[in-house]
Amino acid sequence: MTQERTVLTGKHFMQGDIACAEGAIAAGCRFFAGYPITPATEIAERMARRLPEVDGVYVQMEDELGSMAAVIGASYAGVKSMTATSGPGFSLMQENIGLAVMTETPCVVVNIMRGGPSTGQPTKPGQQDVMQARWGSHGDYEIIALAPSSVQEMFDLTIEAFNLSEIYRVPVFVLADEIVGHMWERVTIPSENAIKRVNRKRPRTLPEKYVPFLPDRDLVPPMASFGEGYRFYATGLTHDETGHPRTDTAKAQQELVQRLCDKIRKNREKIVRVSANMLEDAEVMVVAYGTTSRSAMSAVREAREKGFKAGLLRLITLWPFPDKEIAELAKRVRAIVVPEMNCGQIVREVERAAKETSVIFMPKLGEEPHRPVEILDAIQRGSYK
Amino acid sequence: MSEDSHPFERFLRDGMMPHIWCEGCGNGIILNCFVRALKDIEIDVNKVVVVSGIGCIGRLSGYTNTDSYHTTHGRAIAFATGAKLANPELKTVVISGDGDLFAIGGNHFIHAARRNVDIQVICANNFNYGMTGGQYGPTTPLKAWTTTTPYGNIEHPFNLVHLAAASGAVYVARWTTLHVRRLTESIKKVLQKEGFSFIEVITPCPEIYGRRNKMATGIEMMNWFKTAAEIRNASDPAEAEISPEKIVVGEFIDAEKPTYDHLLREMMKQVQERIRGEK
Amino acid sequence: MPLRLWRKPLDSEKIKIPEGEVHVLKDRCKGCGFCIEFCPKEVLEQSEEFNIKGVHPPQVKEETVCILCSFCEAVCPDFAIFSVKKDCKGGC
Repeated sequence: MTQERTVLTGKHFMQGDIACAEGAIAAGCRFFAGYPITPATEIAERMARRLPEVDGVYVQMEDELGSMAAVIGASYAGVKSMTATSGPGFSLMQENIGLAVMTETPCVVVNIMRGGPSTGQPTKPGQQDVMQARWGSHGDYEIIALAPSSVQEMFDLTIEAFNLSEIYRVPVFVLADEIVGHMWERVTIPSENAIKRVNRKRPRTLPEKYVPFLPDRDLVPPMASFGEGYRFYATGLTHDETGHPRTDTAKAQQELVQRLCDKIRKNREKIVRVSANMLEDAEVMVVAYGTTSRSAMSAVREAREKGFKAGLLRLITLWPFPDKEIAELAKRVRAIVVPEMNCGQIVREVERAAKETSVIFMPKLGEEPHRPVEILDAIQRGSYK
Repeated sequence: MSEDSHPFERFLRDGMMPHIWCEGCGNGIILNCFVRALKDIEIDVNKVVVVSGIGCIGRLSGYTNTDSYHTTHGRAIAFATGAKLANPELKTVVISGDGDLFAIGGNHFIHAARRNVDIQVICANNFNYGMTGGQYGPTTPLKAWTTTTPYGNIEHPFNLVHLAAASGAVYVARWTTLHVRRLTESIKKVLQKEGFSFIEVITPCPEIYGRRNKMATGIEMMNWFKTAAEIRNASDPAEAEISPEKIVVGEFIDAEKPTYDHLLREMMKQVQERIRGEK
Repeated sequence: MPLRLWRKPLDSEKIKIPEGEVHVLKDRCKGCGFCIEFCPKEVLEQSEEFNIKGVHPPQVKEETVCILCSFCEAVCPDFAIFSVKKDCKGGC
């Protein structure tokens, strides 16, 4: 193993997609399975170059269905694994994202969002997959999704995504838009020792006593890997603690699906992250994420210069949704402005959390992100509510 | 006669017998031959991973006392690819059905064979989708009756051994569930071989397929195998027909080719050596 | 008959055909009848009794002719039958 190549400590001028790949390697990812797709291809290209250097495996699969399946296989073999894609590929991955949820597989899926539906606008940004990320696979489940808004965060949040996936045994999404993915910025990569890495809980029992889906108090079961002698069975069918299929009882379905939801819901305080900016005395709050939050930050600064009391709540965690945080802040502001590069997705969640507070939604489709002046205009409108 | 324990008991997962398969179904014979092969070659069972897809035979992975994983429909080979590449010490065996491997999972099959990933694939071919009630699939013979071919099948079936050979598999064989010895020998062989191996097993599905096609019992279907089977080892898999009169079985291909795993590790080694040289 | 079948092997005098003992795990049997149908020595037959699944498991008709080929064991889909070498303590 070439130690000095695992973490590229120092300051770099880097592209978002590349920073994401470097974050993954720094987090301990040693398996990547993917399929080329704009605008996420640069992640695959970087991984293809970098993984062999650090004893990791890059495999280019025949499609995204296979990519996601291979990622789950690698994770069960005990290796931190990931894939990266964009909308059309993300749609194909939904099938096995459900399998990863059901079999509690730690893994990371990066979606560099472009314009949809269907093939849409491959080289243009979008934030149209945030609801798909939440609800894309069939059945009930809870998921974690992080939204980076800078190249630095592409690095940092990819590490965070791996850590969360290992802690909660759940697929974690990095939902970046095309602009963040393709943007070049300065990135500071800390030293090897300064990087926080979390590994999945391991069984503390002998193989013959191992019950593969028996959860601890945190609702997460310890995880053995293939080839270690635990000889366990995992299935996408509803199963009990032993992992054996239980398709005939309501009890098994209730217990398993409820726990899959609860292990995220009951730990939400430890997962949810937001960034509050100038919100102490704000009368208008902008809620934004990804590239949009950068325009929003400019607009908030301009508004302050003009005497409007504006602030920005930047969502770092999209799922689980920071509804408590928004509900608390909503009581103190006159209006909430929600700019999004879609026809209205996260705004629905904001409205749900904000209750009576008026919400101004600013949709945007196409090539450009919101201009600060557009958001500024909405802030001004909100100030008179 | 005494009621004691079956000699293969320790290769079966505790508490999982009896299996879900119907009377006269051949899936249990495939399981039987597989565990016999594990026993005979004294393989380190802790390193064996059995992966299956969806369908009747998909339940097999739950019955072997190994590490095992029951994937989504068609994705067993892709899952096994990930597991095998992540840990080259594993022996990843995919045991699944004809619909799973060749309809919904066909793309993964041909590409894994092309890459020559070190995966052993055993396909239970029962000529239809049994678990969903007997619809026609990619191997259903022309003119056969199924619940979705009420007027007879008008689709040409795949010749699986020909497809596997053309896709690059290094080992290709076909047996029926009556050929228990030869099937077991084939499984033993592929468990000790490196590279993408494929064994097609023609298996009776009397309950769902047979009774719609004038073979209402397992014995009738097995007797069809008995009278129709013709062993033609090393023959051209393109000529390996399956018809009411003739089922060509045998070991068609047993070749050597560098595996993906091998080429991957070689490449990684070279890359790492080059980096060390740069320092 | 093919040549290889009627030609007597040179060492046939020395080779002793083993005697097998068939064991049936009655309640596992689903009654497919493969063991009965395909036993080359016709050792087995269907019994009159019902097992837990309501089918007639096989029973030994003529154990002395079992040559321990274990085909019944190999062709059983339900792990319900196996054969072992006969205990020869009392003299075979």
